[in-house]
Amino acid sequence: MIQPPQIDFSVIGALTVLCVWGIALLLIDAFFIAEGQKRVTGYLALAGLAVAALVGLPSWGQSSNTFSGMVQLDGFSQTLIWIFLLAAAITIVISLDYLPRHDIEKGEYYPLVLFATAGMVLLAQSTNLIVMFLAIELVSIPLYILAGFAYPRVTSEEAAMKYLLLGAFASGFFVYGLALIYGQTGTVQLFSVDGSDSIASYLDRATLVAENNVFLFAGSALILVTLGFKVALVPFHNWTPDVYEGSPTPIAAFMSVGTKGAAFAALLRFLVQALPNLQAIWMPILAILAALTMIVGNIGALKQLNVKRMLAYSSVGHAGYITLAVITGTTLGTNAFLFYILAYTLTNLGAFAVLIALEKQGESAWSLEDLSGLWQRQPLLAVAMAIFMLSLAGVPPTMGFVGKFYIFSAAWEGGLVWLAAIGVITSAISAFFYLRIIARMFMYEPTRAEEASLSRALKVGLAVAAVAVLLLGLIPTPIIELVNNSLLVAAR
Amino acid sequence: MVPTTYYVLLSAALFVLGVLGVLLRRNAIVLFMSVELMLNAANLALVAFARERASTDGQVLVFFVITVAAAEVAVGLALLVAIFRSKRTTDVDEVHALNG
Amino acid sequence: MELAIFIITALIALVGAGAMIMSRNAVHSALFLLLNFAAIAILYLLLRAPFLFAVQLIVYTGAIMVLFLFVVMLLGAERAEDERDAIAWQKPLAIGLSVILFIEALIVSFRNGFAALPELSAEAEQIGAPETIGQVLFSKYLLPFEITSIILLVAIIGVIVLNQRRKTVS
Repeated sequence: MIQPPQIDFSVIGALTVLCVWGIALLLIDAFFIAEGQKRVTGYLALAGLAVAALVGLPSWGQSSNTFSGMVQLDGFSQTLIWIFLLAAAITIVISLDYLPRHDIEKGEYYPLVLFATAGMVLLAQSTNLIVMFLAIELVSIPLYILAGFAYPRVTSEEAAMKYLLLGAFASGFFVYGLALIYGQTGTVQLFSVDGSDSIASYLDRATLVAENNVFLFAGSALILVTLGFKVALVPFHNWTPDVYEGSPTPIAAFMSVGTKGAAFAALLRFLVQALPNLQAIWMPILAILAALTMIVGNIGALKQLNVKRMLAYSSVGHAGYITLAVITGTTLGTNAFLFYILAYTLTNLGAFAVLIALEKQGESAWSLEDLSGLWQRQPLLAVAMAIFMLSLAGVPPTMGFVGKFYIFSAAWEGGLVWLAAIGVITSAISAFFYLRIIARMFMYEPTRAEEASLSRALKVGLAVAAVAVLLLGLIPTPIIELVNNSLLVAAR
Repeated sequence: MVPTTYYVLLSAALFVLGVLGVLLRRNAIVLFMSVELMLNAANLALVAFARERASTDGQVLVFFVITVAAAEVAVGLALLVAIFRSKRTTDVDEVHALNG
Repeated sequence: MELAIFIITALIALVGAGAMIMSRNAVHSALFLLLNFAAIAILYLLLRAPFLFAVQLIVYTGAIMVLFLFVVMLLGAERAEDERDAIAWQKPLAIGLSVILFIEALIVSFRNGFAALPELSAEAEQIGAPETIGQVLFSKYLLPFEITSIILLVAIIGVIVLNQRRKTVS
């Protein structure tokens, strides 16, 4: 007889709520919500996200795992889950009017966002390579579809195709890496609290001679390639500008924060929980990649006149800063990572929301020209955009500043002084193109007469993001306390 | 019994052929086939390692990979059909509207 | 005897894979890939994985390849692609990297040696039996199993959404 495993549903609360509600919403949408009323589905999806956030409250501060140790709930994953739910909520809010305006409103949009969020939640919690693989796919497949959602626009389909082909290619690497690691260690579990077989316990036992562990090294390298692709590390970053430009803007925003955060969480777990003994090997490699990413991303953004592509390159640059926090492997690094992900999520979603406000049906409004004189046309929108740009550049008193400061001090403590220096220099370079946008908005005469279309939902989304970025930049203490309590369960 | 190393070598060769296929070919359908070849190579390695360790786990992992491969292919081909209906091409280099 | 079967099957698999990436006609590619998948299925039998042998034949050769062929035929995309290559340096680079990768694999293998495996005990012969797989799948790997169901659901929705043309054509 099959003995079903002991299941602790408090560990997978958010995941369960998102999956069940996603399925239910598909049915509700198909049978009860008329064509043209699809924003109701969006509101229902928001309710599901709220419930998923609430089920995490009772177990806050605990650390437990379930399903033979394959998923872990600890402070780290719970904080990340809340960040992802917030990102999904803002994405849905800014989509509510975007979809009908571009004539691509379909009820399936919102459940797909919920499923992708479920994948991110699972990715933040997974302590097993096969669960990690399935979680990556659960994030990616809905996003492939959502990227191609604006299908009368050929660029949208092409973006989806490009993303899918490269994503499938990358997951091929992940599976081969997983196979090699299985061959070497006999397990795909990252670490285990009860001392059963895991990659971490294998490394504790093994004599670390490279020749004896070739499969493990090669496998880990292949897995790092896949995760590097998902977070857009140089040299695996080439897809971002095209995919972000072609995708519907809310989806580009969601990808830039959600996928990135979730894949970074997986990277952090893989490095810190499974391979802590090999830090001397992976740290220099990833440090070089981080440096390259910061340089290439920020320099690439310099020459972009298209704001959406500029934001894509800037997201590559930010991946570099986040890598800095990940590779320190210290608690301070983990805390800085969480803070930065939250800051980046709020800021970047806000910046994309401004672009959405400027877009009209069938035409894009992403050039610098379109932002000219925004101050005279839409003062509040211009102020919000200015706040987001300052935060991305890391200028006080915004969240972006606190986040960067946090990350650089973690790198300093972790002995990566040269990397922190490169970070500061590239931040200074990046200030140029962020401030250029502010200059356009405040010092140029308007070149376009049309009004931006600010609906109520979009206003709410923008206001929440802008106020949070500013307020939590001035008074970051509550968030710092939250991330300080978000401990990652480590192998030792 | 055939040594595991033979199987791993064969799977490495198949994986490399799959990677080559992705890098060299421009036809999106052939690209998908090459990705399938990469996944199959990984599956072969998994089954060989499972046999070496006399453990079922490796075989169960293959099961998941096959499922995901099927899902990916379904979405990919659906997208391809959608694109083809708008553009009548499957050559990825003819996709120019987005300039890298 | 087993070694002879292995070598023949492995050669078929390699030829199938090579011909798949070389072939200029997408239908031929699909058929060569089919050959490769069938060869791998036979290797699964040699590796004591009868259940995966069946799954490989049914899912890959039965479903996935038919889907491929169907799409190729539907789109009429079997035509040879044009010779030009947008990124000229890609070809030599790809071949060079692949050769390096494979040589590395060879070196690794010779280090690890080619010791023949001991015969499995009667009990261990059961590692690939459907009962054993079912037991492991529904106990230790229950969570991944449930997740695959969601992934498949998402794929189904995706296929429908992507190919559902709107009733009112603009």
